[in-house]
Amino acid sequence: MSDSPSAPLTTADGVPLKVSLRRASRRLKIKALLLVSPLLAFLIIAFVMPIFDMLWRSVDNPEVSNALPHTVEALENWDGESLPDEPVFAALAQDLKTGQEARNLGLVSSRLNYEKSGMRSAVMGTARRLSRIEPPYKTALIDANDAWGELDTWQLIERESAPYTLSYYLAAVDMQYTPSGEIVEVPDYLQIHLALFWRTFWMSGLITLLTLVLGYPIAFLLANLPARRANLLMILVLLPFWTSLLVRTTTWIAILQSQGVLNDVMVALGVIADEMRWQMIYNKTGTITAMTHILLPFMILPLYSVMKTIPPSYMRAARSLGGKPFLSFRRVYFPLTIPGIAAGGILVFILSIGYYITPALVGGQSGRFITNYIAYHMQTSLNWGLAAAIASILLFVVIVFYMIFNRLIGVDKVKLG
Amino acid sequence: MTQPLAAATSAPAESEDESLFARFIDVQKSYDGVELVVKGFNLDIRRGEFVTLLGPSGSGKTTCLMMMAGFETPTHGEILLKDTPINGLPPHKRGIGMVFQNYALFPHMTVAENLAFPLEVRGLSKDEIKQKVKQTLEKVQLGDFGDRRPAQLSGGQQQRVALARALVFEPDLVLMDEPLGALDKNLREEMQYEIKRIHADLGVTMIYVTHDQTEALTMSDRIAVFNDGVVQQLASPETLYEEPDNAFVAYFIGENNRLVGEVTEKQGETCTVRLDSGEKVMAKPVAVDGPGSRTTLSLRPERVSILGEDDAARFDNVFTARVKEVIYLGDHLRTRLAVCGSDEFILKTPNASGHHSLRPGQDIQVGWCSADCRALDA
Repeated sequence: MSDSPSAPLTTADGVPLKVSLRRASRRLKIKALLLVSPLLAFLIIAFVMPIFDMLWRSVDNPEVSNALPHTVEALENWDGESLPDEPVFAALAQDLKTGQEARNLGLVSSRLNYEKSGMRSAVMGTARRLSRIEPPYKTALIDANDAWGELDTWQLIERESAPYTLSYYLAAVDMQYTPSGEIVEVPDYLQIHLALFWRTFWMSGLITLLTLVLGYPIAFLLANLPARRANLLMILVLLPFWTSLLVRTTTWIAILQSQGVLNDVMVALGVIADEMRWQMIYNKTGTITAMTHILLPFMILPLYSVMKTIPPSYMRAARSLGGKPFLSFRRVYFPLTIPGIAAGGILVFILSIGYYITPALVGGQSGRFITNYIAYHMQTSLNWGLAAAIASILLFVVIVFYMIFNRLIGVDKVKLG
Repeated sequence: MTQPLAAATSAPAESEDESLFARFIDVQKSYDGVELVVKGFNLDIRRGEFVTLLGPSGSGKTTCLMMMAGFETPTHGEILLKDTPINGLPPHKRGIGMVFQNYALFPHMTVAENLAFPLEVRGLSKDEIKQKVKQTLEKVQLGDFGDRRPAQLSGGQQQRVALARALVFEPDLVLMDEPLGALDKNLREEMQYEIKRIHADLGVTMIYVTHDQTEALTMSDRIAVFNDGVVQQLASPETLYEEPDNAFVAYFIGENNRLVGEVTEKQGETCTVRLDSGEKVMAKPVAVDGPGSRTTLSLRPERVSILGEDDAARFDNVFTARVKEVIYLGDHLRTRLAVCGSDEFILKTPNASGHHSLRPGQDIQVGWCSADCRALDA
């Protein structure tokens, strides 16, 4: 990109030089962009868009306003303190009739049922009997189902007629709206998600700690053994990566179940009585054991990559300066491995709080994670809004941890090998 | 080959304490049980001495140093420090200061914290530590650098810090493993004098490992020349240069012309050697048996003279040589000659005023004394 003396770009004030530089590097940038574009497109379609879809679903609230448009409109001038008047009931009857004909009352009836139990049968039952219902609609509908005579039903319909709602997030943290619109905790016997979040976090923390305790010496050996033996060890570390996750998890079932290998050996050795077999699977122990095993490489590899860069002469220097072995380790070697510990820790912890298959298979009832409830709401209760809200909270927690990590250590320190 | 304690001309004369400070007795080391890396190493070191282990890489010199520091255990033999065997003593109990090849400064600590480390582990009080760190940093002219991290220092400054850290806890013995290897030439020379000065100031005993013969000659009281796990010669720099015991030492220390032949006659302080090319050379027998044994003659390039018409009588070896190449080096000239069957015969002449101007292709007369031409092993 050299310019001939006659070209206008050769002024000496510097700005045109920038222009020419930008032009020269533009082609390179375009080339680079083209090279990554397949992956970029894949990521946008398969990763970024689903995440935004999830975030959107966690607040999206179209059911009531779509299915009951006239009712919503008629409720606009309602004072909200006593039962609405005849026109609102007439509008509801009309909406239900339209909905019954179009067969699309299912969504709104489940939506209202999330907030107030009995609403599904109120909507569906009333709609079925609509042909026999005559004006005046107010008394007729209340006759058909008591729910229409309750004030909080109408407060609910009015509240959920808004296009966006926080009620999924409230449900995800075991809260709810009162009929009058205040936010309160749900009754004790309905509380489930907060305990699960808490369990997910402390068990993930414990798993992270266990992988650190087990992985640190292995990473140290990997980094310090002669190359030939270190390679063999590395293969052993990576072996779990080459085995299906399901195989690894079910192997733990074979080992840990009450008629499994470990219990059989213990009974045979007389350590435990036959009728006192240890319950090591389908509970927290099962989840922690299997996940520690599965996530171990994610701790070892970042640790190893950091330890490999620490020359053995540091420890030698510390020893020659008079440091006892453990003190030298604590003062010199250990501080230098902190970036590896943080990188491995954040990796294992983030993977762990989002883990699904292993807790589902070996966790039983007490060893389940919040992810298993996301799946439950996705597949069984079909409350996608709630599933999306729980998932969004998890995503938020991961981002917070990531930012703390980046602030303290720096993301560029994370290396896998 | 190993010589017992040769009298070193420059050894510190004031050392009252005549007992030996550190000793290697018949030390052998093998890593794999097949090959010996160190084959019977003997070395006696007096208090306050500066001893260099010099040799090509893989000759076993660093292994010897590591055995002294305690990072390697001798396979056989004993190492004594102040008359106490230290074979079973772990490194941190030896109280030996060590400077590592790449300094091994702790990167997560400041310079002052690096220096404080050996003092902290010895349980000194905060005030004492602060004072000693300050003193030692000033000693290596880095008084203002205590708060910096090692990565913020230049190579030479890091070197000084490493030296200061090895000295701050006042060890009697300091080991240095090629400490100047990573520095450029000027800095290296500067640091050589610096280390020498500190050695003289503190009177500390130093064992220094290097493969750089100039470094060894500049700094040492005595030098142990290693090759192939064996000490070839242990002597003062002068002795090593002037009177090498064998062909390896002659070749490794300084520049050296090598002529190969067979001893035909040996009479007292001189012998006659018939070179493979046929010429007869008078030499000083050093490591030859009798007539019939093969020998390598070693002759320093600066001990060869260009002869005028009438001073041939001064030398007992006079030959006609053809000039192959003249290299101008400022203070002296290197001339490559073809003489006595060798094409690589080097002649060094000082660049004095009115020196002979030689041209390639020219024939000249060269001569040397038999006393300067040492007949060594083949």
